[in-house]
Order: sequence, then C-alpha cells, then structure tokens
Amino acid sequence: MYEHDVIVVGAGGAGLRAAIAAHEAGADVAIVSKLHPVRSHTGAAEGGINAALQEGDDWELHAYDTMKGSDYLGDAPAVETLAQDAPEETITLEHWGMPFSREDDGRVSQRPFGGLSYPRTTYAGAETGHHLLHVMYEQVVKRGIQVYDEWYVMNLATTDESDPNDRECHGVVAYDVQSGQVEGFKANQGVVLATGGPGQAFDHTTNAVSCTGDGHAMAYRAGVPLEDMEFIQFHPTSLPSTGVLISEGVRGEGGILYNAKGERFMFEHGYANNSGELASRDVVARAELTEVNEGRGVDDEYVHLDMRHLGEERIMDRLENILHLAEDFEGVDGLVEPMPVKPGQHYAMGGIEVDENGQSCIDGLYAAGECACVSVHGGNRLGGNALPELIVFGKRAGRHAAGEDIGTAEIKTGYGDDVEDETETEFPVTPGAAGIDTDDGVAADGGVTADAEGLLDRAVERERARVDRLMDKDTGVQHAEIRQKLQNAMTDYVNVFRTEDGIRKALKIIRECREEYQDVYVDDPSRTFNTDLQMTYETRNLIDVAETIAIGALVRNEFRGAHWRQEYQERRDDEWLKHTLVSWTDGEPSVFYRPVILEGQEKTYEPKERSY
Amino acid sequence: MSTQQPEPEPETQEAPADPEMKGAESPVDEREKEGGMVDQTAVDDAELEGETVHIKVFRYDPEVEAKQEPRFDDFHVPFEKGMTVLDAVIYARDEYDSSLTFRHSCRQAVCGSDAFFVNGKQRLGCKTQISDLEQPVRVEPLPHQEVVKDLVVDMDHFYDQMHAVEPYFQDEDTPDASDLEEQRQSRENREKVKMSTRCIWCAACMSSCNIAAGDNEYLGPAAINKAYRFAMDERESEAIKEHRLRILEQEHGVWRCQTQFSCTEVCPKDIPLTEHIQELKREAVKKNLKFW
Repeated sequence: MYEHDVIVVGAGGAGLRAAIAAHEAGADVAIVSKLHPVRSHTGAAEGGINAALQEGDDWELHAYDTMKGSDYLGDAPAVETLAQDAPEETITLEHWGMPFSREDDGRVSQRPFGGLSYPRTTYAGAETGHHLLHVMYEQVVKRGIQVYDEWYVMNLATTDESDPNDRECHGVVAYDVQSGQVEGFKANQGVVLATGGPGQAFDHTTNAVSCTGDGHAMAYRAGVPLEDMEFIQFHPTSLPSTGVLISEGVRGEGGILYNAKGERFMFEHGYANNSGELASRDVVARAELTEVNEGRGVDDEYVHLDMRHLGEERIMDRLENILHLAEDFEGVDGLVEPMPVKPGQHYAMGGIEVDENGQSCIDGLYAAGECACVSVHGGNRLGGNALPELIVFGKRAGRHAAGEDIGTAEIKTGYGDDVEDETETEFPVTPGAAGIDTDDGVAADGGVTADAEGLLDRAVERERARVDRLMDKDTGVQHAEIRQKLQNAMTDYVNVFRTEDGIRKALKIIRECREEYQDVYVDDPSRTFNTDLQMTYETRNLIDVAETIAIGALVRNEFRGAHWRQEYQERRDDEWLKHTLVSWTDGEPSVFYRPVILEGQEKTYEPKERSY
Repeated sequence: MSTQQPEPEPETQEAPADPEMKGAESPVDEREKEGGMVDQTAVDDAELEGETVHIKVFRYDPEVEAKQEPRFDDFHVPFEKGMTVLDAVIYARDEYDSSLTFRHSCRQAVCGSDAFFVNGKQRLGCKTQISDLEQPVRVEPLPHQEVVKDLVVDMDHFYDQMHAVEPYFQDEDTPDASDLEEQRQSRENREKVKMSTRCIWCAACMSSCNIAAGDNEYLGPAAINKAYRFAMDERESEAIKEHRLRILEQEHGVWRCQTQFSCTEVCPKDIPLTEHIQELKREAVKKNLKFW
C-alpha cells in the first residue's frame, strides 16, 4: 500500500496545478495518472486563457461575459472566483516561463474570442495547452513531486454510509499498467480527481482516446451527484474526418465561415448579426448544422473556414499549428484553400458536483478541471475559459485538500434541504445496474465503514477479484464492440440537435450496452501492459457517464445554452434556473435539482436574452 | 518486471538517413514469421470493397509463451481515405486481436505517445498517412529502447535524460504575480526559442540517434533541446545560462553529437535539433567551457 497526504488522480492541467498547490501548502503529494503527465489531453488545447490583464478590462466584465455565455446557468460565486483569480494565475504561468505570444513591448498578447466583450484571451500561438501542460509538469519536476505514471485508477476507497454526505474517501485503488499489479493508495488528507472530460462517450469528438470519464464514473458510483451533464459543448470547427480541433483562434483572428454557396452565413442567414463568426460556440455550431441540413453544406456534411485573407505572416505568427493540423489530418493547405469544418463533441460543461473549493459532498473527495462542475460554464462554456478553470480551481482544490483554509464555500453540494426532486419524467427503460450479481455490474460499489487501511485493503481485494473475473472469462463480448455502439448512439441521438424520441432511443441503447457489459471479457491473457483490460474498465465508466448525459437531456425540457430540444424552442427561466443532478442511489440513478446562484458579490446577474 | 531487447542488434534498426529509402525493405526480414494473424473473413469482406492495407506488426510479450520469441503478425485492414498508421493498428486491435498493444491518446500529434518505427523510420503513427507508405507497412517499436510489449517501449531512460538537464524555468527574482507584473520577453526572443518549445517528448529523435545508441549516458537530442529552450530564453539570467551550459558541456553532453541530423530528420514537430545542439556548442566555446 502506498500512502500520501494528498493523492491527485490525473496529470493534466488541473491535476498538476492541484499537486503544485498542495505541495506548496506543505502536503506530501502524489500524482497517479494513467498517462505520463506530458501525454495529458490539456496538451491539445489550442486557443488560450481568458484573464482580465489589461487596462480597460476587469474581472467583473469577464464574470459578466461568462454568466451571459453560460445562459445564466453558472453559479455566480464560481464565475466570480474564476474571473478574479485568473489574472494572477496567468501571470504565475508567465513567471514559470510559459512562452506566451508577445506584443512589441514584450508583454503577453491577448486576442478576441467568441462571446467576450474585450480581447482578453492570452495565448501561446495556437498551442496554448501544450505549453501550459509542459510548464506545469516542469514545476512538478522542479518540486520533486512524486508521479506514479501509467497507473490506472480503478476505483475510490470510500465508506458506505447510506447518506453520501456522511461518506469519507480514504484513497484510491490503482494498477500499474506496466506490471498489472493492483495496489491501494491511501490518502491521509484528500483525493483530488482531475481526470478530464468524457468525450469518448461520443463518436465524433475532439477529445483524446484517454478521455473516458473515469473520475466522473468513480465519483458517481461512490455517491457524488453528476451535475448538468446534458450540457455538452460541440465545437463549431473540428475537422470532419478525425474530429481534430481547429482553434477558435482562427475566428478570433478574423477567419470567416462560408457555406457551399459561398455565403457568409453567420451574417447572411441572420444567425448572429453582430458577432458573426465570433458568436458563442453553441450558436455557431447550430448555424453550421442548419446550413448543412438545409442543403447548403459542402458535400452535405460540412462548411468552410477560410483564413487565407489573414496573410501568411499573421497565420505563421499566431496560427501556425492550425496549418499543420489541416495539412496532416485533412490534406488541406490553409494558406491556399479554405478548411473543411463541422461541429464535434468538445467539452462537458457538467461534471462531478463540487463547490468553489473543489470539494464534493463526500469528505476528502475533491474534483477539478473538466471532470468537475463548480459550476463556471453553466449551459455553454466560452472559448478560453477552460484553461483558467484548470489553474484557478486546480489550485484551490489542491490547497483545500492539503488543509489550507481558503474560506467557506457558498455553493452547496450533495442532496439536502435546498433541492427539489424530479418527479415528472418517465424513463423508457430502467436505468442503472444490470444483472443479478451487482458486484460484477457496471455500477455498484461503495466500500465499508472501517478504519482507513481496512477499507483500502477491502477495496483492493475487490478490484483484484474483478480483474481476475474479467481475465478468467474465455468468451463473451469485447469492450470495443460495446464502446462503438455507445458512441454511435450518443452521436446519433444526443448531439447538437436533440429530440425526445431520439434521447429515449439513446437511453434504450445505453441500457443494452449495460446488459451486454455483463458478458464482457478480456481476451489478452497478459498482465503486462494490458490495454484490453484498461479499456474494458474505461468502457464501464463511459456507460455510466453516457447514461447521466442522456438522463439530463431528457429531463431538461427547455432550450438553454448548448442543450437544444426540438420540442422546446425557448429558454424557460421560470422553471429551469436550476442545475440537474443525477445521483447513484441503491443501484440506480435518481434525479434532483438545485437552484442556480445568480447573486454575486456586488450584483445579481439578471437573465437576459442571449444575442450576439 | 523483466523486459528484453528483441533481436536483432540495434545497429540494424537505424533510420535510413535518405528519405528516398522510405518504405524500402529494412534488413530485419529474417525475424519475420509468415502466416501470422491474417483474419481471413475480414480480408474477404474488405476485398469485396477492393482495398485492404497490409500491415506487419511487431509482436512480443514476455509473459505469453507464444509471444516470448519476437515475431511479426500480418493484418489486412480495410483502407479508408485519410487512414493513418495509428488508425490501421487500432482497427487491427479492435477487430482482430485485442491483445495488440501500443500507446496512443490524442491522435493529433501533441501527446507524443505513438512514436513507432514505421517502414524503417521513426514516425508518429497518428501523423503518418498509410497512402504515403509502401506496402506491406511494417510497424515496429522504437529501436534502441527496451520493448515492454508489442509496440510499447520502456520510456524511463528517456525521461531520466530529460530530467537530467533541470527542465524547468529558473529565475532569481520574478516580479510579484499578484501585481500582475510579468517578465518581459521580446517577440524576437520568443521566436528564437519557439521551435524548441514544441517538443512533445515522443523520443523519436533519441531512438534515431546513433550516438545515443552507443552511449547510454549521452543526454540525447531531446534533452539538449529542452536545455536550449531555457538557455536561450532571455528571461533567465546569465548566471543560470552558464549553469545550464555546464550541464551541457559535460562528457556525455553536447560534444558527443556528431551532426548526423538523424534527430532533425525524424522530429515530427520539425524542431531543428541538430542546429540547436550546434548552437549550444558555440555558446559553450564562447564561455570558455570545457571541450571534451
């Protein structure tokens, strides 16, 4: 058994920042990650970091833009914390040597991004995430923080009191991918989940193959609600063949979207008469698909993004990486022809319910980064707001987990007096655990109330037994088949445009995936670097996460942010200024709601029509 | 855990310096085992569509008896326009043999985990179009690194070398972050270090380097480039630059480089590694440092 004060699961931007902060607060920290830190998906972020750095801009404007962008589903304490802390955190990165793009006077450059009232996106070419990830890893190396890389975290070690709010997390169970050895990691002070997004629940995604919602699913099965999971961001500019991301920076620098008829449709068809290509991402994604659906798409599939007019010099200075991506993955030279783009799954606004200190309803369990929902992004994340979220809330979670007093949170978590139960929606199938042997099911865990070490031992035994069962079984279904079926269902039915019928179909298919998963087996007999085993675990997590996305999409019968419903073409503020929470209770999901906090420090954010 | 370097000897696995040799038969044919894992059904299905791509994938697993002796398996994968080497091995794994093991994640050339030896050259699987290669496409683990299993190599030595150059920004007096006072860096200086900051730690360069193959202590092109990234950054002080140069001019540092350009040749991010190493040699001379 390994033992540390704070265990950080995941080594992308949020995980590394949490580890650095916990270390600075004096804790003995370890990072446990299924990838080596520099392989993390934060490295693929392109656009930049929003931070009110310049005169003429201030955090309040940043907070306002973020609330508006969220379609008034962000919680003001979280949004204001983000806007207030982002400048110092961005400058800290600069002090750590981050190679930001520069102005003539040597100061960091900022550029416009969608939905921003001021050009406040700080960037390093079109590869900001790569630099952020590497700079942060460098600081982890500098501090000698212990990293267990290529260790896959399989489950949490959490006590099993009937009310999740009474539970405690004492560590995690992980296996060494290289050797297959399953071990316990005891966390004396806290576990921080920083496992990234669940994009692999969809077939066409900008997310890495490793983005399988592991943290989401582990926290969910341990009793932490997943919040606002229906809000999935579809990025307007991903390459059609692969899903590879073309940064919003292209539009920020002046890139133009055209349909097959050569019309600048954002203006000519009235989708965003003021902001055009720089409207919020949900608006642009819907506009593109509408063009395609109405027969004005190129090859009936995509639209064109043109940056030729920006000139080679500017493109090379600020968007060089985009040229490489378009060339390598689509065979298109962005200097001489427009690039094909279409919406792709990009970001989960929802996630593990935590407060602005990163704390969940389970004592000792934290989450930060894309796997968490603080909630900052509400119904729609603004471009350039993911990276500040990583550093701001990664740091806060790390400090709090290390025992530092950073003030009492205003956001509430877990099931309590302030929530409202879902009573109306009938589900087409019974979601939740499948099969008789729940211990072998896709979602049935919890630990025992015991001393921490006994709890860890028990959790380790459980996972060792699960591995043995999966590996001893000789025939059955393979994870790849189930995963593909799940991804197709989500892309077909829980995509940019959603209908009630479609979501119901998706829930039925997810149910089938759960049942098929009862018969899953691992064909590779080796304990050495068994990716078959790892992907089988990941697929189980994807099923749980996909189900919460579809449940959220079904119950929220309104149109808000990225969540478009055919039957409901209006935002319904009277009923829906509230968060959707899906909680795992006795082997099945239960749904409840918590009101959005619109009261900020100085002002209350009044919902207005979101026009661009 | 036990790992082993499969036959043949490393010298025969070097990257051809001449790009025209891409796709040529590499001199490792003798270890090929014919009659591997061809999935006949899949071949038939795909042949109906007319096109399959033939890949020969290196297999080794210390734990599985049939794979303890390294071999090649043949897969015939239905070809689709735009298919990369990574797509092909993913298809082979998901459809034919789930034990086929390799690292991959972002599939867009930023995570650096899927560097393979493809038709005799170090390349990122995700960035290499099948249509650019001669068939059969031979996919092997990076040479000069211990093979853990199939295409997975042990990266520990590479990481150790990266860490050996103190790969983090060092400064004596940065302004106070809470005052939002940043360090200034000129556009020119950012431009100077820009290419060096693009390294994704894929280890292709290290694998292609003859010197690194013969001298395990040689820092290698990636680590020296990492040092360059900081040494040339005007935000670090002269004293720290000198400290960095002292690390680099040690016996197994920059002077070992014999400018064969193989690292520069294979770098998937087009970093001029050899040039950076030469520049650091010149800097070391200017500072009157030791010349090994």
